Amino acid sequence: MQVLIPTPLHSYTGGRSAVEAAGGTLGEVLADLDARFPGIRFRVVDEQDGIRPHIRFFVGGEMASGLATPVGPAADVQIICALSGG
Amino acid sequence: MAKKASAKQAKSGGGKGSQAKKQARARRRARVVLLVGTRKGAFLLKSDVARRSWSIDGPHFLGSMVHHLVLDPRDGTTLLMAARTGHLGPTVFRSTDRGKTWKEAAVPPAFPKVAEGEKGRVVDHVFWLTPGHASEPEVWYAGTSPQALFRSADGGASWQGVAGFNEHPMLPRWIGDTGGTPDGPKLHSILVDPRDRAHLYLGMSGGGIFESRDAGASWAPLNKGVAADFIPTPDPEYGHDPHCVVLHPANPDRLYHQNHCGIYRLDRPGDTWVRIGKNMPKKIGDIGFPIVVHPRDPDTAWVFPMDGTDVWPRTSPEGRPAVYRTRDAGTSWKRQDQGLPGRQAWFTVKRQAFTADERDPVGLYFGTTSGEIWASTNEGRRWRMIAAHLPHIFSVVAAAVR
Repeated sequence: MQVLIPTPLHSYTGGRSAVEAAGGTLGEVLADLDARFPGIRFRVVDEQDGIRPHIRFFVGGEMASGLATPVGPAADVQIICALSGG
Repeated sequence: MAKKASAKQAKSGGGKGSQAKKQARARRRARVVLLVGTRKGAFLLKSDVARRSWSIDGPHFLGSMVHHLVLDPRDGTTLLMAARTGHLGPTVFRSTDRGKTWKEAAVPPAFPKVAEGEKGRVVDHVFWLTPGHASEPEVWYAGTSPQALFRSADGGASWQGVAGFNEHPMLPRWIGDTGGTPDGPKLHSILVDPRDRAHLYLGMSGGGIFESRDAGASWAPLNKGVAADFIPTPDPEYGHDPHCVVLHPANPDRLYHQNHCGIYRLDRPGDTWVRIGKNMPKKIGDIGFPIVVHPRDPDTAWVFPMDGTDVWPRTSPEGRPAVYRTRDAGTSWKRQDQGLPGRQAWFTVKRQAFTADERDPVGLYFGTTSGEIWASTNEGRRWRMIAAHLPHIFSVVAAAVR
């Protein structure tokens, strides 16, 4: 599926705002994404598999509560940078 | 003359010692680079030989919070940077070409993952970086918020927790549950004894100062004599708030530290700190963040006092910034404010933002929370501003340009 990448992570994707990744859950998609773009996962998910405080994941338009969220084959994954202050 | 020199060289074990001396002499004449970490990126300020004109290189990683940027003194070219952004998690970047190109650590400092249902710790930011001992050229140490110690054995590419510290059964009690300083409790001032790579010190805000003699396998508190007026029990063994701890490179038995509650000196093998801040003028007090030692004279140190009265404004006392210097190991202090603003200047200098070069006379540099860098090329006697309008400065580290 397609994963939409916000600008703070463009340094990992070579400037691309949409990339391909595969997986049946959000966690699997992020693992695949990290294999393609090393380091990207740890910037958005902490070492306890928690979503970082100012990051949101949307799967098929719905906000995901955790990495176990299933990702259907047709669903897009969107990574959003929420507001984080000045 | 030449004969005498060569005899001396033979006595000291030949080429290696004289090579080190040659490098030290070169550093005494070298151009200076200031490595500046700010809330919005990193900057490199480079001087001419006279240290009169400065050029600014940067910003690097504009928008990243750069808590520490350190040059490896062992190779003179490798830079390590502790960074995160408002959105993105903490990491370490490494440059092997003095900042031209950067590569992220493959395994940044992170706590072990705990079992489902347990609450594991999460690194919020990497706060402190220390190059390891000269005999271990690939070793680095990192201190994080919340307080933890990490080590890299491959030049900063991958980091592992120092289990002897991070898993110490007493650690939760050492750091307490007060939540630490406003922008997160920190592990800082990781010091490596130049005579013994297994002999380490570190400081925690809060938690206190700790020492290891076995390369980090075991640790003991080292806080005797240090005030902690925010702890209800008298003379606690730990829980203190050291802001910045330094060890003198020429006499590693001499330590100084600027604490939340005063300025202290410790001469090993003694284990009781002496509050040398008691000798500061009463109306200035002895509260501050940084302390800097002279690179060659163990009796000379500088502090930058801040206002720690009533609600703790943490600004320059009375709006009149000044550095205070001791030349007698803290017995007396002299105010050094020539060139600094004489009124209505309320900046703060954070614990990593005051530094000395290795020149003779020594150059001193500090960065302010208001984004200014001030320099003195005569050991604090006169100051001038060499950069303004930078972001909030976290750290300034002076290094020699090779």
